[in-house]
Amino acid sequence: MDQILSNIGLLFEFPIVNLKILIDGLMIGALFALAAYGLALVWGVMNVKNLAQGDFVICGGYVAWYLAGLGLPPLMGVPAAFIIMWGIGWVCYKVVISRVIERDLFTSLLATFGLAIMIAQILNLLFGSDTQSIKLEYATLYFGENDFIDVPIAKLIGVCMAAVLAIGVIIFMKRSRMGQAIRATAQDARAARVLGIDTEKVYAFTFSLNSAICGAAGAIIVMVWLIQPFYGITYAIRSFVIVTAAGLGNLPGVIAAGLGIGALEQYGAHIFGIGYQQAIAVLLLLLVLVIRLIQQRRKRQSLQ
Amino acid sequence: MTALKVILYIVLLAFTVAAPFLFPDFRTQLATLWLMIVVSLTWDMTGGQMGYNSLGNIFFYGTGMYVAAVISIGLVYDVAEYTSAAGGGMNDFTPVQYFTGVGLGMLGAGIFCALCALILGYILFGLRGPYFAIGTLGVAIAAGELVSNWEWVGGGQGITLPVYPADLDEGKLFFYFLFAGTGVILFIFLRWLYGTRFGAAINAIRDDEEKAEAMGIHTMRYKLVTWSMAGFFVGIVGAISAFQLISFEPLESAYQTINLGIFMVVCVLLGGKGTLWGPVIGAIVFHVFKEVTWNYLLGWQWVALGALIVVTVVYFQDGIMGWLAHRKPEWFGVRVEKNDATEGADR
Amino acid sequence: MSTVIEVRNVSKSYGGVIANKDVSMDVHSGGITGLIGPNGSGKTTLFNSIVGYHPIDSGSIKFENREISKLNVPEIARLGLLRTFQQTRIYGEMNGVENMLISLPHRKMKLMESFGNNSAEDYERADHLLEFVGLYEKRFLRSGSLSFGQQKLLEFAMALMNEPTCLLLDEPTAGINPTLINGLIDRLKRANSEFGITLFIIEHNMRVIMNMADHIYCLAHGELLAEGAPDQIQNDQRVIDAYLGAH
Repeated sequence: MDQILSNIGLLFEFPIVNLKILIDGLMIGALFALAAYGLALVWGVMNVKNLAQGDFVICGGYVAWYLAGLGLPPLMGVPAAFIIMWGIGWVCYKVVISRVIERDLFTSLLATFGLAIMIAQILNLLFGSDTQSIKLEYATLYFGENDFIDVPIAKLIGVCMAAVLAIGVIIFMKRSRMGQAIRATAQDARAARVLGIDTEKVYAFTFSLNSAICGAAGAIIVMVWLIQPFYGITYAIRSFVIVTAAGLGNLPGVIAAGLGIGALEQYGAHIFGIGYQQAIAVLLLLLVLVIRLIQQRRKRQSLQ
Repeated sequence: MTALKVILYIVLLAFTVAAPFLFPDFRTQLATLWLMIVVSLTWDMTGGQMGYNSLGNIFFYGTGMYVAAVISIGLVYDVAEYTSAAGGGMNDFTPVQYFTGVGLGMLGAGIFCALCALILGYILFGLRGPYFAIGTLGVAIAAGELVSNWEWVGGGQGITLPVYPADLDEGKLFFYFLFAGTGVILFIFLRWLYGTRFGAAINAIRDDEEKAEAMGIHTMRYKLVTWSMAGFFVGIVGAISAFQLISFEPLESAYQTINLGIFMVVCVLLGGKGTLWGPVIGAIVFHVFKEVTWNYLLGWQWVALGALIVVTVVYFQDGIMGWLAHRKPEWFGVRVEKNDATEGADR
Repeated sequence: MSTVIEVRNVSKSYGGVIANKDVSMDVHSGGITGLIGPNGSGKTTLFNSIVGYHPIDSGSIKFENREISKLNVPEIARLGLLRTFQQTRIYGEMNGVENMLISLPHRKMKLMESFGNNSAEDYERADHLLEFVGLYEKRFLRSGSLSFGQQKLLEFAMALMNEPTCLLLDEPTAGINPTLINGLIDRLKRANSEFGITLFIIEHNMRVIMNMADHIYCLAHGELLAEGAPDQIQNDQRVIDAYLGAH
């Protein structure tokens, strides 16, 4: 308890600490937002709530890490993970997801949970349960008095790549034929089918795209933070927090919620200690659910 | 009840009592089988009978373990001192202290978990469908993470409880009968409960909650009571597990979200949701399958578990009982219309 | 006659579309009140506002002198104000008798009473009401396998089983075989007179509502157009215009 109070005191005594926490939080939050955007896409288009979301992220991280170990330049790991995870997502769709789309929601939730367990365990068997990361040979920038704030250039590059990827996907969704088909299917799958859109193809594409986005996010994460086979479920839960907080089809909301969750987690880790980081991520989910619930109750509705 | 059924139940009960003596080498496995049966039956109370699929019932299991441990230790020692000594030199329990601890621990764990279910349920039962599943999963994960940071109960190292104060084989028998007794009581309890108006009301919530609400059924009250009954029994078996395992830690053995936490769902789906016998049959099939194949899978068992979940959910969701009900509806008391469908409103 | 439901100046809009505007009406105890209006005139919206499916923008709704416009669906239903659905809702996996027994007035039960078994009288009442709506022969069939009209009758019987003070019926004759409509009218009237249940009915079929109701409200474009006894409404030029204009 004393530790907590003194940690809070530190925030007020040295305001610059806040800035450091915020920068860290916003950077990681950008990647959360990316994974959450993928979840919102799949959720909105095919009404599948994908609990394997986090494991796609971790899987992408391992792809980049493995390729870097073979001598691929680390930055190339991001597109490589994008492509390879696209393939893995497509296989997952064909084998599992395509058979649960029309079923009730718990079916898809449980099926993806099974998928999540499988991916995590396969990664564990292949690469072991140690935490891994790629060390990048970039300098670190320093700001503030006594150079208190350190921003590794690697992190900056990571955030920029995330932004480029996000913008690319958004433009694709707005401009391309496939993007239009996806948005039409999201609004009304039956009508889209009647109008000659091959919804099966749209679903497969959407799920693969989501998996690829997650993979790229994971490849960025492995360059600047750590990954471990069993970290997946927290990323999945973070994605749920963000989508639940922002609502479906609300892109600015997803970005804002992602950045906010990232910052809140960093603050929580600072105040309560790093051991609580996972717990904080999950408790934020409960907090968001309760807030949404109160909002719905005011509308005489329940959250479903 | 027909005479045949009575005989069947007596035979089953006799087998339950005789099993640990017939297979003395498998006492621990048989005890675990009863644990699986209890958690599957309780999962089915909300998941199968009420339509609320929880992924976090393991929360009650872990909490039951910790409550029982704290109670049984607290009767004799100061809990903080005991956990910080981690068993070193502070492990003297007389048999009386031990058995009092087990008894009060089980009771306390059950009651505490039932209360937890009431409080958590008040928040979580506002959530429908997938939100409920994710919310409960969140509760279980959060509890594991919080407890592993809580030094008073041993933090990430967990707790070591006293060992059974007599012959170890006798201990195995003792725990078998605790699990089996809980299981039998739970089964009889559920058999009665599903036949009451209460059982009908929770079935109504499963089939169409909006209609149930519109008909004035106290949906929230029934949901809370059902979950707290489930929590009560899971808390009790959690307590028994704590004494049986002797030493446990939060993430892998108490709040084992992907272990037992998902086994119970698979057992119920395998056996058949929303039936009394489905969870029992599912638990037996799953447990036997797991015990027989686990060691031959050479580290791939968890991958196989994931695959089993996917296959069950995708291809065999109605389970064994559901499959039977589909093939032989008359066994389940469903009457099928024989003559042509005529507009029956005129009489 | 006392007022059971009192609607005062209720307005409700969905994202710019005004569904109800400044609607006021009274449902009298023990009577049969009708609500008519062309498609899209806001009848179902008003029903949903009364039973608590969405918040209203302004105004007040009282049930037995108690403000209910802020309550949720289950709370309102437990007061004894029941509704049937336009798209019939029954528990399709259960048979007719089970459907009836679940509809026992749970709101009058204490928690401990709910752990009891259904009494012989409950079964008798279920059978009696099933016979009342003409489903006695089909009572053990899976109710999901009944025809739409039969499901509708079952839902009506379930509502009666619940012993409501007031029953809101959303188009009870829609989808029912025309030859059966007279029988249904008869049963609705008997439910009103024998069981003393106040009825508030949305109906498209003019002949039906003119036959049953003792007071009728007519909505058009979300506003109250006219009210009065059936023959008054029948001869009201505004009502005739509204219907002709809408079709």
